[in-house]
Amino acid sequence: MADEVILLDYWPSMFGMRTRVALEEKNIKFDYREQDLFNKSPILLEMNPVHKKIPVLIHNGKPVCESLIQVEYIDETWPGGNPFLPSDPYQRAQAKFWGDFIDKKVYGPTRLIWGAKGEEQEAGTKEFIEMLKMLESELGDKTYFGGETFGYVDIAMIGFYCWFDVLEKCGNFSIEAECPKLIAWAKRCMKRESVAKSLPDSNKITKFVPELKKKIGIE
Amino acid sequence: MAEKEEVKLLGIWASPFSRRIEMALKLKGIPYDYVEEILEHKSPLLLALNPIHKKVPVLVHNGKTILESQVILEYIDETWKQSPILPQDPYERSKARFLAKLVDEQIITAGFVSMARADEKGREALAEQTRELIMNLEKELVGKDFFGGKSVGFLDLVAGSMIPFCLERGWEGIGLKVITEEKFPEYSRWVKNLEKVEAVKDCIPPREKHVEHMNYMGERIRSA
Repeated sequence: MADEVILLDYWPSMFGMRTRVALEEKNIKFDYREQDLFNKSPILLEMNPVHKKIPVLIHNGKPVCESLIQVEYIDETWPGGNPFLPSDPYQRAQAKFWGDFIDKKVYGPTRLIWGAKGEEQEAGTKEFIEMLKMLESELGDKTYFGGETFGYVDIAMIGFYCWFDVLEKCGNFSIEAECPKLIAWAKRCMKRESVAKSLPDSNKITKFVPELKKKIGIE
Repeated sequence: MAEKEEVKLLGIWASPFSRRIEMALKLKGIPYDYVEEILEHKSPLLLALNPIHKKVPVLVHNGKTILESQVILEYIDETWKQSPILPQDPYERSKARFLAKLVDEQIITAGFVSMARADEKGREALAEQTRELIMNLEKELVGKDFFGGKSVGFLDLVAGSMIPFCLERGWEGIGLKVITEEKFPEYSRWVKNLEKVEAVKDCIPPREKHVEHMNYMGERIRSA
């Protein structure tokens, strides 16, 4: 019986990108369904009644919510190819720690950079750079966060790359100047088909942010 | 001869995050050294082992440091295979992880952090929000002794350490009735089941002291 895989997503979402990349990495055929977050569809409300958020992965009718949970689910359900998580429990714990770090510490400041002004925006920029430097230190001289193979932490982080351009413009800073190794890592990831297919062009995001601000009522 | 395992846990008696690790270690019969940390005076060891978050719990296993309570629980489950706590099936695992995230993010926010900052009216609204969130757990318990089925699992440890044995003490402290047996019969049954499990029972913080502590934590949030 063929698997039915549906992804409810929103094109600029760095979280949705994680799931897209994971599915592409495993060569899983999926039905991508663009959602209107300002007019939520019945299927979104039915499949994620708790949070009403994207991405939602629906596998043979059963929903899996939360992007990193989806990435792990995909890895466990379709074990072929390169596993996203190493088999050693300690290395797995390291990877999950950094995934959690990205969610807790990296995402928040980005909202301040594009969404706030003045002191708040400056504080967001400062914090974002600090967090990126921690990530860069963790990356070190490795090809990917997991070492030689593209995996969980790379997937967790790469979606932010297409947002770098707009963040730099809003915050008036250069990520490459602050974190050159991280940019080099991102460019390596972009060479992967799964990533190139899943991330929108930076300039699309840059054009989109002012429209988003209007829609959510920030000047 | 087996190499001696060194397992050390840095924790705080009142922290649901560190209590759930103790429950897991006891459930699996893993001997460990416990280091009690003081919230206001974190030890140099803790700050060295967890420089980014500076929080408990911290598990040290044969010199390796593992951080973040849910990550630690999964590490323990993968390292010591007896009394497994995560389900085998990937979909069931994803559900357990999803609800565990709900507990540690939305439920603690509505049920404690936001409540600490709110006035009486605000607290009533947050209590209602918290009930709605906990209803997701209530539904999951129908027909089961524990979230893990016949035995205590990952979600039992996360939700158990947090809700009945931590947040409820917070609600008691501010005189707020959030959960009733009438509205949450499955939850109430589940708590009674949990209290019968030795590994869980032994790790429940003493009530009176804990209520006092939760009031203090509320104050801390308000003055931050």
